[in-house]
Amino acid sequence: MAWRDDWRRVRAIVWKDLTTEGRSKAGFNSVAALGVTILVLFGFALGPDAQALRDAAAGALWLAVLFAGVLAFNRSYQVELESGALEPLLLYPGARWTIFAGKLLANCIFVGLMLVIVVLVGIVLFQVRVPAAWPQLIGVLALGSIGLVSLGTFYAAMASRSRAREVLLPLLLFPMLVPVLLAAMSASKALLTGDLMHEASAWMRMLVAYDVIFVVAPLLAFEHVIEV
Amino acid sequence: MTAPAPAPNDLPRPGYWPWFGAFAFLFIVATQATGLVTSIPDRDMGDLQKIMYVHVPAAWIMSLTFAVVLWYSFLYLWKQRENDDLKAAAAAEVGSAFCGLTLILGMIWGRPAWGVWWAWDARLTSTLVLFLIFVGYLAMRAFVEDPHRRAQWSAAVGIMGAINVPIVYMSVRWWRTLHQVQSSPATVDSWYVFNLRANAFAFLFVMIYFIRQRYVAARYERAAELAVQAVALGRD
Repeated sequence: MAWRDDWRRVRAIVWKDLTTEGRSKAGFNSVAALGVTILVLFGFALGPDAQALRDAAAGALWLAVLFAGVLAFNRSYQVELESGALEPLLLYPGARWTIFAGKLLANCIFVGLMLVIVVLVGIVLFQVRVPAAWPQLIGVLALGSIGLVSLGTFYAAMASRSRAREVLLPLLLFPMLVPVLLAAMSASKALLTGDLMHEASAWMRMLVAYDVIFVVAPLLAFEHVIEV
Repeated sequence: MTAPAPAPNDLPRPGYWPWFGAFAFLFIVATQATGLVTSIPDRDMGDLQKIMYVHVPAAWIMSLTFAVVLWYSFLYLWKQRENDDLKAAAAAEVGSAFCGLTLILGMIWGRPAWGVWWAWDARLTSTLVLFLIFVGYLAMRAFVEDPHRRAQWSAAVGIMGAINVPIVYMSVRWWRTLHQVQSSPATVDSWYVFNLRANAFAFLFVMIYFIRQRYVAARYERAAELAVQAVALGRD
């Protein structure tokens, strides 16, 4: 069964990436700490006024996840590049998209765990009242992260192998992420402020559509990007 | 991937292109002058309306240029011909210039017309995002040396960027909107329409000439690189 073999390849990549990360934990700890630091800096920029903090909480949270996530995406290839493991990985038989799918899942778990820390700290620092619709809020966080991680994993496959990867990844990635971030921020903000206009569900539907597009397109394009 | 150095007669020749270039620039001077001198001031906007003859053609031609990038990016992935990549890159450079021009001219118009230099409107924002995407595209080309890799990645970034533009437009329109919808030719004075179209053609000719010149320059750069490689490898 071809799809079963593909699925096993995907699982192997996820296992490999998470094991490497789990053995050292250095990457996760530093990226999560950076996310929290960025939240603290936003707190300083927006001032101590509780209402101003609450209004800006959704935007600050997503930007903190974005800035910290960029480091995680480059890392997910850098470990392999430094030890010369990417070429052997490409030489294994089987479809190349499975490498992307595996890295995507591993990065989703990585960013998801980071999100737990950043959101908890954000709720405390920005004096957010947890809304009654918190299950939907978790849904928005998950949907937003999938779009973010998919595009991030795709562009990092290029940026991490070029000169100046630190500047290239954000330069390529941030403009592409505008729709995902806009929808994720708007949905989160609506849910945090009680969703008086009933707009959160519409933004969530848009997020689902973006996620489908921004997972399928990189899956198709990944082979062209990784083979050179 | 080391292709043999192309013989000098493989390189594009000027042919009639200098004449076309001269024609394009004379034509744009003529249409601009006609637009500025002959069209009467608009009832509401006065002379401010005349920025339409540069802003709107720049925006149209900018969109067309990015369609050219998309076309050659697909063609490169399909046929793997290096020249298609150079054409896409030439179009992306010219498109970015037109995109910057569209934004700046729009701001100059927006300040007196709307009272602000910038508004978070769907069209303005998506044009700005498009500009940033192609700045990233051009920056990436500068950072990647291997020509095959550069071509392959540029094609992917170009196609992904083009997919993203309508999505950005839709999402920002949802968020808020201010820019007027297009005027239909039926509601605009026919002399305005004529001037606008004449200027659009002028911009089109300039765009074609620019892309061609940039492409020729890129071909010569590649030929020089290959010649250096050939010398380094001891071939002559």
